[in-house]
Amino acid sequence: MNQLGFPLLSIVIFLPLIGAVVALFLGKNRMAVKVWALIVSLADLVLACSLWGLFDYGRAGMQFVDRLAWIEPLGIQYSTGVDGISLWLLILTSFLSLVAVLMSWKFLERRSEADVRSYTFLLLTLETGVLGVFAAVDLILFYIFWEAVLIPTYFLIGRWGGEHRVRAALKFFLYTMAGSALMLVAILALAVVHVQATGVWTFDRLALAQGGLPLPRSAQMWLFLAFALAFVVKAPIWPLHTWLPDAYVESPTPVAALLAGVLSKMGIYGLIRFCLPLFPSAVEAARPWIWLLAIISIVYGSFIALVQRDMKRLVAFSSLAHMGLIVAGVLAANAQGVQGALLQSVSHGLTVTALFIFVDLLESRRGTRLVDDFGGLWKSIPIFGTLLLTVILASIGLPGLSGFPGEFTMLVGIFQQSPAAAVFATLGIVLGAWYMLSLFRKTFAGPLAHAENRTLPDLRRREAAVVVPLVVLMFVIGILPNLILRPTDAAVNDLLNRAEERRVVLMGSSK
Amino acid sequence: MDIAIPSFNLMVIAPEIVVLVTALLVMGIDLTLRKEQRSRLAWVGLVGVAAAAGLSYYIWDGTDPALQDMLAADGYALFLNLVILAAAALAILFSVEYVERTGLAQGEYYTLLLLSTAGMMLMAAAINLMTIFLALEILSIALYVLVGLNRAERNSAEAAIKYLLLGAFASGFLLYGMALVYGQAGTTSLAGVRQYVLSLAGEFPVLLAVGLGLMIVGFGFKVALVPFQMWTPDVYQGAPTSVTAFMSVGAKVAGFAALGRVALYTFGPARGDWQWVLAVLAALTMTAGNLMALGQTNLKRMLAYSGIAQAGYILVGLAAGNESGTGGMLFYLFVYAFMNAPAFAVIIAVSRMEGEDQGETLDGFSGLAARKPWLAAAMALFMLSLAGLPPLAGFLAKLTVFGAAVQADLTWLAIVGVINSVMAAYYYLRVVLVMYMKEGRSTKAAAGVICPALQVGLGMAAVAIVLLGLWPAPIVELARITVAALLGG
Repeated sequence: MNQLGFPLLSIVIFLPLIGAVVALFLGKNRMAVKVWALIVSLADLVLACSLWGLFDYGRAGMQFVDRLAWIEPLGIQYSTGVDGISLWLLILTSFLSLVAVLMSWKFLERRSEADVRSYTFLLLTLETGVLGVFAAVDLILFYIFWEAVLIPTYFLIGRWGGEHRVRAALKFFLYTMAGSALMLVAILALAVVHVQATGVWTFDRLALAQGGLPLPRSAQMWLFLAFALAFVVKAPIWPLHTWLPDAYVESPTPVAALLAGVLSKMGIYGLIRFCLPLFPSAVEAARPWIWLLAIISIVYGSFIALVQRDMKRLVAFSSLAHMGLIVAGVLAANAQGVQGALLQSVSHGLTVTALFIFVDLLESRRGTRLVDDFGGLWKSIPIFGTLLLTVILASIGLPGLSGFPGEFTMLVGIFQQSPAAAVFATLGIVLGAWYMLSLFRKTFAGPLAHAENRTLPDLRRREAAVVVPLVVLMFVIGILPNLILRPTDAAVNDLLNRAEERRVVLMGSSK
Repeated sequence: MDIAIPSFNLMVIAPEIVVLVTALLVMGIDLTLRKEQRSRLAWVGLVGVAAAAGLSYYIWDGTDPALQDMLAADGYALFLNLVILAAAALAILFSVEYVERTGLAQGEYYTLLLLSTAGMMLMAAAINLMTIFLALEILSIALYVLVGLNRAERNSAEAAIKYLLLGAFASGFLLYGMALVYGQAGTTSLAGVRQYVLSLAGEFPVLLAVGLGLMIVGFGFKVALVPFQMWTPDVYQGAPTSVTAFMSVGAKVAGFAALGRVALYTFGPARGDWQWVLAVLAALTMTAGNLMALGQTNLKRMLAYSGIAQAGYILVGLAAGNESGTGGMLFYLFVYAFMNAPAFAVIIAVSRMEGEDQGETLDGFSGLAARKPWLAAAMALFMLSLAGLPPLAGFLAKLTVFGAAVQADLTWLAIVGVINSVMAAYYYLRVVLVMYMKEGRSTKAAAGVICPALQVGLGMAAVAIVLLGLWPAPIVELARITVAALLGG
């Protein structure tokens, strides 16, 4: 039992699933289903925040641990816990899920009641899946949540997406499943190594990361690759990103926001949580290559974003560039790099969601997302423009907004490992400013080119209710980054110390 | 002179006897019923199957597990009995409306189904080469007739002929293999042959190897391993769908039961000599099965190839040959009964709405979610479980066999396995895709009702798939205890 004597964390994870099942039986009243989804996701956010409130900042280890023998003959446990690394990702997930539920209201207006029910069911199930990924301590449990996320996402994209939704859904599914297939073998191999060394079957992450576990360098390399493949496909980085534009663009906006906001963070989380402590020597060996790919992602994503005329695609490629930088930060494998990556994950989750919302709002007003159809909007919808500009500035890392502290910390971390890599990574920031600001210039600055744009309604109250909290949080994080960094501090340092110890032990044993 | 009276404990085969008696009862009762009353026979069969399952459970810790070195009621046999009986029970539930609709002779149908079930159970219990062969023939001959029972249908007759000819071939291979093993070891008892193999102390005479090889070929035909799978798609497609549902599970379980006993117990001491053969067969079977399934648009054919691939996954557990692998194989077979047979049942239901030919194709399934949401949800569940996605039972089944392969130093096989799983996801998902993301051909909403018996069967299978995925510990543990006894000899 954990310090509360009460399975708070498990409730946070499974509340949306329970809500999802209940939603299926709520009958034909569409409003009831929508309100129910809102209540469930709001309650879940409150509970997730209570984890933060009760969080013990000084402790590096797992908190709120729930443990239950599950499949004993195979050594598989139900065990979940939170530490500084997962805390914010859990809260981000429940927050963005709430935002997604709110965004779905309008989207669901024109749909049948069966659609509303199944959509709500899938959206809430997806939330449980992602929360489980961030909280699982047992590796098989982690894998189960990891793969289970695919099913609701597949249906959400395939049933309610854009014109090419079916292809996009299938591509997303097969890409990510292929990416993580080898991870399963790697997990099994790790457990077998443990069994051979100790005679005990376990998939407990902490047991498998012990310093004493013998793991020759070559084995470490293969296992690292199998794990990292799963994570960088999900993040994604170049050249494993080709599912991304399809999936992000074809998804309904709430799902796109979740994909870019939290599902991509599953990859970052996996890299931090598993690759760094389990395979420290492999991380070191692979660092230049992954950095190379990450930098290519940054530059490639940025340039492709620059030439996009479809705004949703532009946001999708900007996300590729941002994820490249975060992956690079993680691979620096020092406190600044990892903490910056966590901070930037939260920030990116907020900004990319806000950007997708704005694109969606423009599309719903004009029926198009092409940059050329806009221009000079500032004159017709100034409040909308101000908020969008704020989000764009947060996204490109203006000091005082949430993008800056994360990017800056990461760059410091990368710089400590390699100044050259830091220089290239900084390119991403410059390019990001370029394509984002030119997007704003083309759509909002200048004269009102199209007559249709003269009469666009400005931000409505209900829309503002979704957007404003996001913007406020961008300011809060930008001004008080320590709010985020303080809880992560102990856990990240502990993780890096153990990785270093393990590296030394493994180096010693391989000689 | 001292005459030893061998023990003759019929309790050992009590479940088989119950099934056989039920088969005879069905035949008898059939004569007394008018045509429209004959669907009651299904309930007689179901009661018999349930009684046999209860008995299997009751004699689990029986004192005298063997019948004169011919048949055993050990945990291995009883565990597989339960799987076979579950498949038979599901098949009967799925048949009720189908046999009536297609006008099959019901008395013969249920009798043969039960006879075949008894053959499968005997095969799981056989501990002598002779009884293995006899059991195989009992189950096969009943199946040959079942496959061709729909005499009005040309495909059915063609399938029966194909199955009969190739099956007879396979039996020939098997028998020849058994003869060679007997010639070398001087006994047909599995325990006796094991003693002989142990006495060889590492050597493996050519004759014995050829014998084992031929036996693997024989069993390979029955469970549809590549390259002995040629009959499968035609037979699965041509046979009445309810028969396909039954044989796709039952024949496979029986084949693996005997192959498992022969390989793991009898030839267990010489594992190093045959392990690579099974590992290569497993890799071939998975890969070829999945590759050929990719292009299928007829669901019965697709499921036939998918069944081949699934046999490959199951064989991974057997090839690993260790405790966890054998336990994994048993667990996989258990799960397989609940995810493969019901998939055919959905085809039965859809055929009723869309017409026999259309209902078998992907086209017939398009837009099913809008017309029959629960039916579509059940099918999606079975497909995703077959694809091995968590949190469904199919995932844990794969996990156990792949884990065993890694443990047995067959990591390459596990890698081939997971890559195959991804390939397979493509065609399983395609079924889900047409059901949920394509418009239906016909706009007539929800034409026709689904037979209640079939609904019950589907519901039970769906619940089993979810439960086995979330709480598999009891069955995994049961499989493991069973195996420990088998491997320990």
